[in-house]
Amino acid sequence: MYKSRKKIILTFLLPSFLGLLVFKVFSMLYSLYISFTDWNLFGDPNFIGIRNYMDIFQDERFYQALKNTLLFITGYLPSVLIVSLGLAMLLNSKVKKVTLFRGLFFLPVISSWVAISMIWKGMLNPEFGIINTIIRFFGGNGPAWLQNPSYVMPAIIMTSVWKDIGFLAIIFLGGLQGISQTYYEAAQIDCAGPWQRFTKITLPLLSPTTFYVLILSIINSFQVFDQIWVMTSGEPTADLVPVMVTEIYRNSFRYQRMGYSTALSWVLFGIIILVTVIQNVLQKKWVHYDD
Amino acid sequence: MKKKNAIIYILLILGALMMIVPFGWMLVVAFTNADITYNMTLKNIWNSLSLNSFRTVFSQYNTGRYLFNSVFVSLMATAGQILICAMSGFVFARIEFRHKEKLFLLYLATMMIPVQATVIPQYILMNKMNLINTYIALFLPGMFNAFGTFLMRQYFKSIPAALEEAACIDGAGFIRIFFQIMLPLSKPGLAVLAVTGFMGAWNDFLWPLLVASDDLHTTLPLFLSQLQGRWYVDWSVLMSATLISVLPILLVYIFAQKYFIEGIQNTGIK
Repeated sequence: MYKSRKKIILTFLLPSFLGLLVFKVFSMLYSLYISFTDWNLFGDPNFIGIRNYMDIFQDERFYQALKNTLLFITGYLPSVLIVSLGLAMLLNSKVKKVTLFRGLFFLPVISSWVAISMIWKGMLNPEFGIINTIIRFFGGNGPAWLQNPSYVMPAIIMTSVWKDIGFLAIIFLGGLQGISQTYYEAAQIDCAGPWQRFTKITLPLLSPTTFYVLILSIINSFQVFDQIWVMTSGEPTADLVPVMVTEIYRNSFRYQRMGYSTALSWVLFGIIILVTVIQNVLQKKWVHYDD
Repeated sequence: MKKKNAIIYILLILGALMMIVPFGWMLVVAFTNADITYNMTLKNIWNSLSLNSFRTVFSQYNTGRYLFNSVFVSLMATAGQILICAMSGFVFARIEFRHKEKLFLLYLATMMIPVQATVIPQYILMNKMNLINTYIALFLPGMFNAFGTFLMRQYFKSIPAALEEAACIDGAGFIRIFFQIMLPLSKPGLAVLAVTGFMGAWNDFLWPLLVASDDLHTTLPLFLSQLQGRWYVDWSVLMSATLISVLPILLVYIFAQKYFIEGIQNTGIK
């Protein structure tokens, strides 16, 4: 239909093609190249083979960062999945004004991590923070969350769950709305109780969505950076809870160890791919596709 | 049934309270003075209501400039992303050429490239082109994303080709058809792209942290993170600044809630 095909392709496709080529494809290959050099931003890069990768696996801080990242995931993932699924089921119930609530749970999702971190630094303040006031009300004694190295990770996990439940609940809600009512009607006839309906209908039929949420949140939590960086900055714990991406940032932009930090980012990428592949294999055991 | 609904409401209200209280605390502290944080009774709040901290935020810091930077950079990134993605989506939806399918697969493959693998080379690229501490560095890389191309291609494909054929017969060129027929007909897709793009750019922290180190190009998230000094934090000033940084995206959200939710359900991007 269009006569000037070449002209259209040149004017319409070229900008996005060049952009993706430079900022994605070339950047990726370039970082792979840097990861095999000793480049420090100044001077010329020297090829040093897999030295950076070997250094990483001998670096104490790498294991610390990996441990903290895994610690974050083990605390964050189960809680955020359970709470957001529960919320999605509440939002899916047919009570009035339910969309009004949906809007409220979304407030933390649209706000930036920096803003949320600032607010939660106040909430978690040991002297006047609301969290410790509540704990004191029940007779307990709250810790100095962000100042104490053993409490900073639980505090960050708590904040992250709070921020993300609205986001994941919306995705779960989409999945719940896709489950046909006829299953529940049939279960009603068979006198299945609520718990049976939940475990025998909702969970299996929701499993594709759960799988998607799981993949998404694991990838996101391996890349956790903003909240760790901002919530600990200015606190005595600032350098005490390194995770993978804060280590990448520190090595590249504080110590100019470009080779080491790009190698680190490829190791992180490798870990994410590995975990995703493992999940893809495991999903055959628990994800039911309804055909 | 009544009892069940009551339980649902109670749970929803409890949850909603947990969501609102931190924002409420931000509002109270922002509109009072810092001393109030230690003794927050209703009477104290009422007695110390003031706009002083907002005055401080704007007079002692370059906040007007940071606000402008954030707005400008986010708008440019969003506009650029919409235009570039819509144009390429149009080509993939309507124009036939050799290796088109392969090229499209390549586009989709770029979505799997992780941020960490590209962020350092992108910074080096900006450095080499002497673009550090410029607006261009802040918004340019954010303009290119294959997902937007994919989304727009889907929308354009759902529009019947008869409309364009009619316009073609009437002598309209492809640029006119694109801007006057295709874009207006794909408003929902553009809206989803706009809100996700704007939110991403507005809330971005890592990229501005890398490429904007001078005061003239500081964005609001950067300013916020700098504002909390190491030893002394004026909570009222900090919360006023936080409020200023949340308010614009909140306004966008209130007017385009539907597209935010649609965008997240379709893309999983936040």
